[in-house]
Amino acid sequence: MRSVFWFKVFAHAFSWLPITWLVYAGFSGGLGGDPQTKLMHELGWWGLVFLLLSLSITPLRRLSGVYLLIKFRRMLGLYSFFYLCVHILTYFAFYLEFRWSELGKEIIERPYITLGFLAWLLMIPLAITSTKSFQRRLGRKWAALHKLVYTIAALGLVHYIWQSKSDLNEPLIYVAWGILLMLLRVKKWRRFLFWRQDPSHLEQLKKGS
Amino acid sequence: MRLKFDKKVLEKESQVTPEEIFWNRRRFINNFALAGTAGLITGFPGMVQSQSNVIVGEELRDELSSEFVITHHNNFYEFSTDKKKPSEMAKSFKPGNDWQVKIEGEVNKPGTYTLEDILKHMQVEERIYRLRCVEAWSMVVPWNGFQLSQLLDWVQPTSKAKFVEFKTLHDPKIFPGQKRGIFGSHTLPWPYSEGLTIQEANNPLALLATGVYGKSLPGQNGAPLRLVVPWKYGFKSIKSIVSIRFTETQPECTWNKRLPNEYGFYANVNPEVDHPRWSQATERRITDNSFFGVKRIPTLMFNGYGEQVAHLYKNLDLKRYY
Repeated sequence: MRSVFWFKVFAHAFSWLPITWLVYAGFSGGLGGDPQTKLMHELGWWGLVFLLLSLSITPLRRLSGVYLLIKFRRMLGLYSFFYLCVHILTYFAFYLEFRWSELGKEIIERPYITLGFLAWLLMIPLAITSTKSFQRRLGRKWAALHKLVYTIAALGLVHYIWQSKSDLNEPLIYVAWGILLMLLRVKKWRRFLFWRQDPSHLEQLKKGS
Repeated sequence: MRLKFDKKVLEKESQVTPEEIFWNRRRFINNFALAGTAGLITGFPGMVQSQSNVIVGEELRDELSSEFVITHHNNFYEFSTDKKKPSEMAKSFKPGNDWQVKIEGEVNKPGTYTLEDILKHMQVEERIYRLRCVEAWSMVVPWNGFQLSQLLDWVQPTSKAKFVEFKTLHDPKIFPGQKRGIFGSHTLPWPYSEGLTIQEANNPLALLATGVYGKSLPGQNGAPLRLVVPWKYGFKSIKSIVSIRFTETQPECTWNKRLPNEYGFYANVNPEVDHPRWSQATERRITDNSFFGVKRIPTLMFNGYGEQVAHLYKNLDLKRYY
């Protein structure tokens, strides 16, 4: 358990690194000619990466057998939400200069913003119900609710591709990552991979026999 | 023969401005540029012109963008789609006066000319222009260059020449961005090409730039020769030109070919015609690279150069021909 604690400390430190660096670089001229836009894009990118990392935890623990990885799933998901909140805040502050009416207009008129905003909205209930007590209280419903994360990831990826102008090489890396994660949710695809059962599940099987 | 042009509008100077004057950008602009451009944009609704020739509330509009942002915020996909990377990647790209430009097509004096040959016949001057990117950011850039019409006068397009097509160097060794990406796709169909009507090319505002901020063009800004058409979105202002072809029919333009519903052949700056994905009514004026060196300002029709170019489009539906 001690090692998990230190891994968590390390994971938190790692998660704060991008935003710390971005703020520092922003004020020291390290973000190029248009630091506001660069900051906004980078925050969005990290939001997506944290989300995909969080989604990768389940398949990774099955593949590796390191079941303690589950301890990091919620944390990565919440960091994704955090980065996306700041991403939207920078957009609202620097692009719209806090004009609410324009925010509404942009969300309605620009489909890629509509999708991105929808993805963020859908994340709110997941963030709120991410606590242990909610997990307990909601039971089966919790798992069903949190399947939304796949919809959110898909929306985020479409938002990312749609805003890019012509070069799809980089966005396609994340699309491939996302598609792989979704395929792993499908049972018959899992058979092609070295797939371990959850140990708790194995114990149940033993008891049953 | 050449059209007479309002000296103030072009911000002409007989000599290249020394760096010390650039250093104090605001003062420089007050001395030279604002006085001229104030006259240029009168008639724009909401713009108040004060007695002192300084536009109230619009001080930032024509303040020069810093040399740093002009040379470190570049859309030059031949290097990278990132805006900062070209400044790093172009360090070894320093073409000289032996750079070759092909003059081809419907023209009386076709041939391959070195930049040195061309410059012998051209009069290089300084011009301060607004640059409005289709991505809704903008800058004010002090270019050095010669009027495109001078080149046309020299090479003599035939009467059949209705359009001019420009091409950028295609060399993936110099421009890694021209290589295929990891999924085998090109970011754009190379080589980059752009075009103008012959009337547009003859407009006195159209410039072939060889320098910026009184220095020769850095690689990332399109060394050693690039087009500058300030009333059009930035992507029309093609960089590192190796070919100028005069044609009878409208040439293929890279962005227009790639995404025809988003980027038109004309691509005139127009606050009333939105890009399908974002508004063109305003722009983010980048002045320097400090975190708050950007200010949102309204976009002007033809980027504020209507007086000089609006007549070119009198019978054109600008909503349809964006």
